[in-house]
Amino acid sequence: MPLLEISGLRKSFVSPDGAKHTVIDVPELSLAEKAQVALSGESGLGKTTFLNLIAGILKPDAGTIRLAGQEVSSLGESARDRLRATTLGYIFQTFNLLPAFTCLENVLLGMSFGPGADRTHAEALLKRVGLGDRLRHYPRQLSTGQQQRVAVARALANRPKLVLADEPTGNLDHANSRAALKLIREACAENGAALLLVSHDREVLGQFETVLDLATINRATKPMEATV
Amino acid sequence: MSIWHIVLKSLRQHALSTAVTSISIALAGGLLMAVWSVKEQAQATFTQVDAGFDAVLGARSSKLQLVLNAVFHLEASPANIAWADVLDIQKHPGVELAVPIAMGDNYRSYRIVGTTIEMFTKSEYAPDRRFAVESPGRLFDPNLREAVVGSFAARKLGLTYGSKFRPYHGLNFNEDEQHEDEYVVVGVLEPSNTPADKVIWIPLAGVQNMSGHSAETATDVSAVLVKLRSVMAGPSLEQLYNKRGNRLTFAWPMGATMAELFNKISWFDRVLALVAVLVAVVASGSVLASIYNSMNERRRQIAILRALGARRSTIAWTVVLEAIAIAAIGSLLSYVLYGVILTSAGAIIRAQTGVVLDPLAWHPVLVFAPLGLIALSALAGLVPAWKAYRTDVAANLVPMD
Repeated sequence: MPLLEISGLRKSFVSPDGAKHTVIDVPELSLAEKAQVALSGESGLGKTTFLNLIAGILKPDAGTIRLAGQEVSSLGESARDRLRATTLGYIFQTFNLLPAFTCLENVLLGMSFGPGADRTHAEALLKRVGLGDRLRHYPRQLSTGQQQRVAVARALANRPKLVLADEPTGNLDHANSRAALKLIREACAENGAALLLVSHDREVLGQFETVLDLATINRATKPMEATV
Repeated sequence: MSIWHIVLKSLRQHALSTAVTSISIALAGGLLMAVWSVKEQAQATFTQVDAGFDAVLGARSSKLQLVLNAVFHLEASPANIAWADVLDIQKHPGVELAVPIAMGDNYRSYRIVGTTIEMFTKSEYAPDRRFAVESPGRLFDPNLREAVVGSFAARKLGLTYGSKFRPYHGLNFNEDEQHEDEYVVVGVLEPSNTPADKVIWIPLAGVQNMSGHSAETATDVSAVLVKLRSVMAGPSLEQLYNKRGNRLTFAWPMGATMAELFNKISWFDRVLALVAVLVAVVASGSVLASIYNSMNERRRQIAILRALGARRSTIAWTVVLEAIAIAAIGSLLSYVLYGVILTSAGAIIRAQTGVVLDPLAWHPVLVFAPLGLIALSALAGLVPAWKAYRTDVAANLVPMD
């Protein structure tokens, strides 16, 4: 049974002028456990919206998303929060670390709403991403590449079954980008998590055996309005 | 990592607004507690202070004026009464002790009261407590120009055993009106926390025969402090002096007379209480404003926490708990401020009346005011909490593509 099954997924937004724009229209998509899949697509194709739908942050207008045996789209908001806290890891392009929290605390936050804070596991993750000596550093005290590594550790903190990565190398230079991608893939594999990564960077996409083109799987490929 | 950890982080992140808002809560709490405590303590103390006597006999006037003048050494004496009236009440079968007092002079604003030695040897300013003189020292000799000084007056005037001074005429200090008579301090009273502490006591004849005083009234006194054999004697004496006579006033019972004063000024209490409550409401409003104004910068953090799996309710609770924490910090600080206000107010009240307020005295307001402020702040925190609850996660995480 696939880890992620999507069927007839649709999501639209209404722009300020009242016009309805369909952003996502994916008839079918599935992802096996521990699989690592890249999703390609230019800006404006709804990549982030697609990931937010899978994460339960957004509710679809139609269709089903089945993740780890749970029908995400039919869950109530609290249940979707719980699903995110226990089953999903999320890596953002802008990292989204909390500036008032240290590296260790940021990673612990990734567990707090799910399985509960496990300091040993958090420290081990930070050591794994090469930040064992930066546990008590604040994000502002880290380089961009180091911040991304904290974000990777945080995404894996709750032992997720699926990690969603939204342009995770978009803010990194070439060298850091390659290193970060390698780290994300290795860390997901070591932790038994599947990876769904979206990017428009050809070099990044070239690292994956399976690359899906959002323009192909998403029938609503017309670029969104800037206001959406 | 608990919800409290997130709250503490937020408090530190917004340290300045946390500090300012906590101080406003502290001001409100301190003010609330001080207003209530001063009011209650002042009322309780003033209605209980009787200097060990049950009544005051004086010239025709209001009971309140007599009590304020003879017991609290405030206000002017309405007029003098003749020595014959003193003898009359001393002989009354219902009277256990009648001590005459005479006023009309001061030493650098501290009132000089002439009295007899019985004031110290026979009266008790509190149950089983008599005025005592510090060592070295003794009570004055009624036939000499000697003085016993209340502890507070002695400290303020720098008078000690053996000090000499020349009184000034009148109850208000006027440098040009100094008497020729010189008095020697032969004793300083131990603190009694009563109005007696702020008085300079000299023999009755000293005031009556002070140089410059009228010889015609040399035997008159300002009032007589009366201790009854039993409360049953009170109504008959009141009947005798207040109803049948029209020359003298018998102020009895003293507690009720003082309570009447507080009843008269109860509107002022209510105004003070209203101001204090308004300050509390404004302070709670500042909690709301402080958190609400920071909600824009918090939206991203809220969205991140939600993306990590935090529930809407958890986020809302962190905001409410933050409001509670700010109020709790302010409430703790309010005790410091309360102590400062009560000590300052107590010093003024003591200087004016000799009555001492206790900053450590228990009063329910010391619990209810901080708890009320915390509850009000929690209520105020619900507004930004609602905003946090409704934060759009997707819109605030990253710019959507």
